[in-house]
Amino acid sequence: MSQPGSTKQSVHIDPYEKNWMRISIILLIIFGTAVTVAGFALGFQVPSPEERVDPNNLTGPWLNPGLRELSPGVYEVYIIANATTWQFDPPAVEVPVGSTVTFYVTSRDIQHGFKLQDTNINMQIVPGQVSKLTYTFDEVGEYPYICTEYCGLRHAAMFGSFTVVEK
Amino acid sequence: MATPPGRGRGLLAAYEVPKTDKRFIGAHILVAVIALSIGTLFGPLQAFEHSGIDLYPYIQPVFKSYYQGLTIHGVLNALVWTTFFITGFFTLTIIYGFKRGLRYPKLNRVGFWTMVVGLVMAAVPILLDEATVLYTFYPPLQANWAFYAGLTLVVVGSWIEGYGFFFTYRAWRKENPDTRTPFIAFGSLITMAMWQFATLGIAVEILTMLLPWSLGLIEGTDPQLARTYFWFTGHPLVYFWLLPAYVSWYGMLPRQAGGKLFSDSLARLAFWLFLVLSVPLGFHHQFVDPGIPSGWKYIHAVLTYSVFFPSMLTAFTVIASLERAARNRGGKGLLGWVRALPWNNGSVTAQLLAGILFMFGGIGGLTNASYNVNLVIHNTTWVPGHFHLTVATAATLSFMGISYWLGPWITGQPLWKPRLAVIQAWTWFIGMLIFSNAMHVLGLLGAPRRTPLGVAPYVPEEWSGHLLRVGLGGAILLVSAVMFVWIVARTAGGKERLGAGEEIEIPVAESLQDPQLTPLWLDRWVPWLVGTVLLILIAYGPQLIDQIANIDLGSGRAPTIRPW
Repeated sequence: MSQPGSTKQSVHIDPYEKNWMRISIILLIIFGTAVTVAGFALGFQVPSPEERVDPNNLTGPWLNPGLRELSPGVYEVYIIANATTWQFDPPAVEVPVGSTVTFYVTSRDIQHGFKLQDTNINMQIVPGQVSKLTYTFDEVGEYPYICTEYCGLRHAAMFGSFTVVEK
Repeated sequence: MATPPGRGRGLLAAYEVPKTDKRFIGAHILVAVIALSIGTLFGPLQAFEHSGIDLYPYIQPVFKSYYQGLTIHGVLNALVWTTFFITGFFTLTIIYGFKRGLRYPKLNRVGFWTMVVGLVMAAVPILLDEATVLYTFYPPLQANWAFYAGLTLVVVGSWIEGYGFFFTYRAWRKENPDTRTPFIAFGSLITMAMWQFATLGIAVEILTMLLPWSLGLIEGTDPQLARTYFWFTGHPLVYFWLLPAYVSWYGMLPRQAGGKLFSDSLARLAFWLFLVLSVPLGFHHQFVDPGIPSGWKYIHAVLTYSVFFPSMLTAFTVIASLERAARNRGGKGLLGWVRALPWNNGSVTAQLLAGILFMFGGIGGLTNASYNVNLVIHNTTWVPGHFHLTVATAATLSFMGISYWLGPWITGQPLWKPRLAVIQAWTWFIGMLIFSNAMHVLGLLGAPRRTPLGVAPYVPEEWSGHLLRVGLGGAILLVSAVMFVWIVARTAGGKERLGAGEEIEIPVAESLQDPQLTPLWLDRWVPWLVGTVLLILIAYGPQLIDQIANIDLGSGRAPTIRPW
């Protein structure tokens, strides 16, 4: 509390508040450590710049989007988002269980989102940029990939189907 | 010569705000409430759509789509209601805090009318379905040029009002060289200063890309760079909404509850930290963007964590101030004191409930900021669930609470049905609790935001219960919003004048410790401004240089067919 009669300038901090500040800082350090360990030691990473492309003239692997097997159980898949048809190209992908898949996604026109349900694959799709993330599928099932960014009238209908099947 | 500590601060000394200023403040609040009453109507339309009741076909002749409604809802509520209310409220906190008129009243009037012109300019294309680009207007979605020009004018108008406040501060400072800046004015000045830095991003985005592009002067935009500019402004925008509520929670609410501000110096420290830390952390909105290196995203994640610290200071100081107030009123017990707060006062109840829901908003915000954890919730309904706790409750419900004394003070008429104001606050709280909880849960299940989920083909059965709760929450919120607008309108339109001795007091809380004992470094601008600029340069400089150097205007051309 303030000391009556005191004329000394100071930041007066109540003992309770000092403890509260300590707790706040400790909490932040715990959370920060958890995020850092998960990100940099365990590999839970966010997208980073991959490649710039010309959305008006997609070339190379984008001429033939879809799934490619790089080595047994290791795949890459190129997917193009389109707002003129409100579809992903390709609209369906199938891999065997246990596969590691690297997703490369870009847009031919405006911004989209790409979220593969029940996984950590969640990316903003920006024309001119390639979004890339990798995931290993240990469970058989349907993982729809849905557009999560407003892209026009039929945005809500824009999704594709990713299926993980028995080997 | 400094006034001796402990006396003569004149915080509660009478200062009669001139009628013209009252009217000027009232004009801000009027525009704000009109914007809110229109914008809010579209919220329930979205919420009902989620639970399977799509009313949009019935309004089709006028409003073309769910997305047009969503654009109106976002622009009017998040941008217009807030900006007009905040500049109006701050006009009062500046005038009444400094106990003097505005230094250049005409300048502030120019600012206000610039905002009004901008609002009309932006509203026309929105209503004509020419700007159905949502309130983030990410290119290459292209709106009519008037939309961008109008938004620019709203921002420029708010800058001009801010300059008016800064000139007023300078004049007051000359007259009072040794007095600590009165807290309510202090908080308002910092908020407006932060806003000047924050809006640079959106100003550059619109003036160098979106406006010339929509006028056909340049071929396209760089969508990634546009996002970087946008979120330079987008996150501090959140603090622009919240800090005025903090001004009230720290500097006014304790008085309304019958207490004092617990810690003047820590309250001021929190505001300075918000100035320094609000801007340099925008990448935490872009964790899943392809064009920004993950290292920079991580740095912004750490910086976002640091801004959690002044929020924790705020939580402590505000609750401590309220606890002392409640104990003065006879409150007892570890938590039982809460009951002794004046819950029969709608203004107080609204702000207390806003603060309670904001705690959940803060925790959710920490989740959003947590780098890779963001992958789980990015672009899901979790995010609107979150910001309906921050802007739509912490800020909006607090502004509603402020309106319950500000309205009668401006109009000189008693608050219409004070009991109803209490009920209004509770219905907002309950409606938001249901709505926001359902949105958070749906987000964790993977439901995308900005999407009419009622027609989305991929929605699994397990979402349906939560989707129903979205609609239920929306319905309760609609009732609450109607109550608010009705109370304000009836108060303004009432014929019953406040009698002598019934004048509304502008609640200004005294500090427990004399503000003159707050160290001088907490009342000096230069070091904090330098720190702000430096931190922005460090956090944003390298990436901005890199992205601008590699700009590709060909990558963001307008689609050949309008997608909405």
